[in-house]
Amino acid sequence: MAVLVIADHDNQSLKSATHKTVTAARKLSDEVDVLVAGASAVNVAAEAAGIAGVRKVLLAESNELGKVIAEAFEALVVPLAGGYDSVLTPATAQGKNISPRIAAKLDVALISDVIDIVDADTFVRPIYAGNALETVQSSDAKKIITVRSTAFAAAGEGGSAATEVVHISAPRRAARFVSEEAVKSSRPDLAGARVVVSGGRALGSAEEFRAVIEVLADRLGAAVGASRAAVDSGFAPNDSQVGQTGKVVAPELYLAVGISGAIQHLAGMKDSKVIVAINKDPDAPIFQVADYGLVADYKTAVPELMQQLGDLG
Amino acid sequence: MRVLVAVKRVIDYNVKARVKSDHSGIDLANVKMSMNPFDEIAVEEAVRLKEKGVATEVVAVSIGPLQAQETLRTALAMGADRAILIDAGDRDLEPLSVAKVLRQMVAEEAPDLVVMGKQAIDGDNAATGQMLAALLDWPQAAFASDLAVAAGSATVTREVDGGLQTLELELPAVVTADLRLNEPRYASLPNIMKAKQKPLQVRELASIKVDVSPRLKVLKVAEPPVRAAGVIVESVADLVSQLKNKAGVL
Repeated sequence: MAVLVIADHDNQSLKSATHKTVTAARKLSDEVDVLVAGASAVNVAAEAAGIAGVRKVLLAESNELGKVIAEAFEALVVPLAGGYDSVLTPATAQGKNISPRIAAKLDVALISDVIDIVDADTFVRPIYAGNALETVQSSDAKKIITVRSTAFAAAGEGGSAATEVVHISAPRRAARFVSEEAVKSSRPDLAGARVVVSGGRALGSAEEFRAVIEVLADRLGAAVGASRAAVDSGFAPNDSQVGQTGKVVAPELYLAVGISGAIQHLAGMKDSKVIVAINKDPDAPIFQVADYGLVADYKTAVPELMQQLGDLG
Repeated sequence: MRVLVAVKRVIDYNVKARVKSDHSGIDLANVKMSMNPFDEIAVEEAVRLKEKGVATEVVAVSIGPLQAQETLRTALAMGADRAILIDAGDRDLEPLSVAKVLRQMVAEEAPDLVVMGKQAIDGDNAATGQMLAALLDWPQAAFASDLAVAAGSATVTREVDGGLQTLELELPAVVTADLRLNEPRYASLPNIMKAKQKPLQVRELASIKVDVSPRLKVLKVAEPPVRAAGVIVESVADLVSQLKNKAGVL
């Protein structure tokens, strides 16, 4: 009953979603191997070997894998899958890109965005933008699963797994990497942040978004999120979008400023531990999920909040 | 070149889904249905390729109930040339089955490019496009925010965690549309009228020789846990004090 976890990383370090996926994998089996596929990813493999409960780390390196080309992952994982009952990936952009491709090659269903594992064949996943939870039972012999990492705690450190290098054959180059454009940020990663400060359409401009949301986030050591309206209006970069079609976050504190709370946005943040909403419209749907709501104009409320936070030291 | 675009009829994105009291599924009786928003973006992109002279024909395909003809008429009104409905009755096929049916349609229609939405807002799987690419052994670009097609290749910018990635795909290929790919047009009344004259072929699912038996059995569909009611605080001072002393998150 061995399980393979495909690590999500940036060739420098593991993303916390990997640790959380290991926790999900441990619910299925005691024999959890982690596949680190990348370019110059030896350090990532060493980090994976240190996760508690990991049996073995498999390291595969090529330029295509380093750029997360789906076809290269297919060529690597499909032969490896023979030795495993389940293959788990975090439901990140990477996992969502590669896992369905691998599942189809193996002629099995994809079980996506799993939030709970009932038993080896039974899983719970959100549907309809999180407005319903579906319990599904798989009849496939092999399971390909993506894991909603916010639903699982991170596996601890202290492991000492051995690393094994996987030989890979050269892939057919039907897809070629051209370029990438990374959004540089010194702030915590949105998906793993303890505190998230999010802004919506009410901010009105990119300058205002920076001056209000980003400054407040920096004061709190928080990651910056945004509603789709704020992203579409160009106030914030695409990868900061929280919601059904963006990132799903579950921080300890989610502070929504000037966000009305459309169902698509709520799908991305309603599992946060504490939700705070600042909105001048008392009827905004965000107040239905907020633990603490302040009906006020952010223009006065946020500076006052900054000042009080300053007083806290 | 020919572009195949796959569209799905789903609950309208503004409607809050309600779970049936017997927990067997979502109540879709008398609920407004529309084209999946990501599929609108896919249709728009295919039509733009035609307007640029890159594509010569845009074929829209849907797999669903007979009412999905309305969804296909919408695609035709947006500019698709013809449409095919695979009548699946009340069955909501799993992504793997849909990908297999689409593979058969690709075999019959021989498109150079398949464009579809990145996910349907009902099942939220985000899987069908990648599965189709795998079954065809074609390259894929999921979550596209920019697409440029030249002779024999497509240059696609994808939305990834932490930024954007640009790939060049050899055609034929499968591309799934993300939100930012384009702003779909509204179908004008004259175009809606013209769409009624465009060819729409209806075929029985059984006529496509594909195994569509489900792999996942839905045991239960439940409401998500309800959050405890919150409080409205009177002032920023009150908010800070609550967060610090009561919630303990500051």
